[in-house]
Amino acid sequence: MKFFRLVWANLRRKKIRTTLTIGSFLVALFLFGLLAAVRMGFRGGTDAAGADRLNVINKVSLILPLPFSYRDRLLRFPGVKAVTHATWFGGVYKDERNFFPQIAVDKDTWFDIYTDYSLSPEAREAFMRDRQACVVGRSLADRFGFKVGDRLPLRGTIWPGSWEFNVAGIYAGGRPDADTSGMYFRSDYLDEQRAFAKGTVGWYVVQLGNPDDAVRVSKDIDGLFANSPFETLTQTEKAFAASFVKQMGNIELLIMSIGLVVLLTLLLVTGNTIAISVRERYGELAVLKTVGFSDRRVLGLILAEAVLIAGQGGFIGLLLAKAVIPGLSRALPMLGVLYVSPLTFGLGFVLALGIGAAAALLPGIGAMRLKVVDALRRV
Amino acid sequence: MVRIDGKGNGPCLVCVRNLDKIYTRGGEDIHVLQGLNLEVDAGDFVAFMGPSGSGKTTLLNLLGGLDLPTSGSITVAGDEITHMSAGKLTEWRARHVGFVFQLYNLIPVLTAFQNVELPLLLTKLSKAERRKHVETALAVVGLADRMNHYPRQLSGGQEQRVAIARAIVADPTFLLCDEPTGDLDRRSADEIMEIIGRLVKEYGKTVLMVSHDPRAAERAGVVLHLDKGVLVEAAEAGGRA
Repeated sequence: MKFFRLVWANLRRKKIRTTLTIGSFLVALFLFGLLAAVRMGFRGGTDAAGADRLNVINKVSLILPLPFSYRDRLLRFPGVKAVTHATWFGGVYKDERNFFPQIAVDKDTWFDIYTDYSLSPEAREAFMRDRQACVVGRSLADRFGFKVGDRLPLRGTIWPGSWEFNVAGIYAGGRPDADTSGMYFRSDYLDEQRAFAKGTVGWYVVQLGNPDDAVRVSKDIDGLFANSPFETLTQTEKAFAASFVKQMGNIELLIMSIGLVVLLTLLLVTGNTIAISVRERYGELAVLKTVGFSDRRVLGLILAEAVLIAGQGGFIGLLLAKAVIPGLSRALPMLGVLYVSPLTFGLGFVLALGIGAAAALLPGIGAMRLKVVDALRRV
Repeated sequence: MVRIDGKGNGPCLVCVRNLDKIYTRGGEDIHVLQGLNLEVDAGDFVAFMGPSGSGKTTLLNLLGGLDLPTSGSITVAGDEITHMSAGKLTEWRARHVGFVFQLYNLIPVLTAFQNVELPLLLTKLSKAERRKHVETALAVVGLADRMNHYPRQLSGGQEQRVAIARAIVADPTFLLCDEPTGDLDRRSADEIMEIIGRLVKEYGKTVLMVSHDPRAAERAGVVLHLDKGVLVEAAEAGGRA
């Protein structure tokens, strides 16, 4: 601690340079926070996926339906605890830019299987009572100002026409990164009103008594419906969610590549800045050695300076990302729930410190090896 | 008592025996110091004079453990320093040597107080003890009222006084001064020499100083001349020897 004043004084020596270097870390770690949040947004579904749930879709394509009659047959499989179903609706609220997911679900079973979301008993009761009822997520309600009792009109795209819903409740997420940007409504209402595809569902969700049975049950389900007009593809919910992400290309690789390039650039730029700063102070470092500072202590001082710069910039950058991301998440709902988790924050901060230390290592070793006599001659 | 003949066999604070220093420049060996002998007792004030390139600063660097000789030995207060590892030498320097340079070599971003405190950061002294030592050292050089000033806010003479305070704050075995008045006007130079003289006379410090300035050197008890790496002459000067 007694050396802190020396480190701090050195940082204040060239205020503009120090500020700019802190700024580099700030920008880079802000970007890191942003990219990590987007990555998490894309992965959100996979991370939140239940280990005890299987998704059964049409083997040809997710957009092709499965018959409603499969439900009872799925329930008969050993190890299957419950079955529910869902259908993508794809309606437009006022303007196509107001995209949000709308899913028709089985009113009796959906919320028993998806206990991740909290819905008040009153809302659940209202949902059961009213054929046109829907529940909306908290972030969706905040986005458009929906309240319980509101009338919610949608223009159908898959099933054309005007569709009217009554907001019966607002559900919240059990986790900070839970997606509450969607709307659920009753599948019986959809089936009654739509002109085609009656008696079908988009996909089934199978809840298992024991997650260890996932492989066996998946195989059995697909085996049973093999060579039928509606062959199935059964996979864990995690794999199902991941397949959505994959449809958009390898986003994760892209994000990681951008992040890596930014951090490598930061390493080089910071390394150069610290090298210049150390070179300018050879005389002073020689004086420190003359009065008894060991080579390791000199290295420690230089590393401490770099780590302090990196820590400040990184911390502010991550804080800034944390502050900005909720707004970004609201503005770009198609990116999913963007969220800087404590783990991301911690990882980013450690990364900033690591880059600071790595950038200072070579100049620090140079200072460590500095011969006092040679350096004093240059003063 | 200062001896340069290498024949003394009694105890001495600084004992140099057959010291050689050879630099190699462009494939050519340059003998900077050749078979140099020197014995200095505690409380001596020795000035080294000589033309540029005669090896004065090299000798000072060797005595301070900043450089290693090609051959020969240097023993200070019973410690043979010529075979110490770099780490040991650094520790030894912190305990035994106070340096004063021609260009003061203060850290510009630290105040006078903080500059003087630097050697004490390596000790186990508490903050309060460090403060007491620094204030005492600054009082000795007459700068107690400037302790919060930065080097840029001080005159050259004042900067050099801070440098002297830094050199004495840890109470080293001896002081090495390399042209301490070389960058100062006459008046400031006299003030600095006055302080160094007081350190010897009042505080019993041992001082080895390199200087081009005969007026500064005459304050020393003994003036030794270095020529082509050999101590060729010893002269009694104004102080004690």
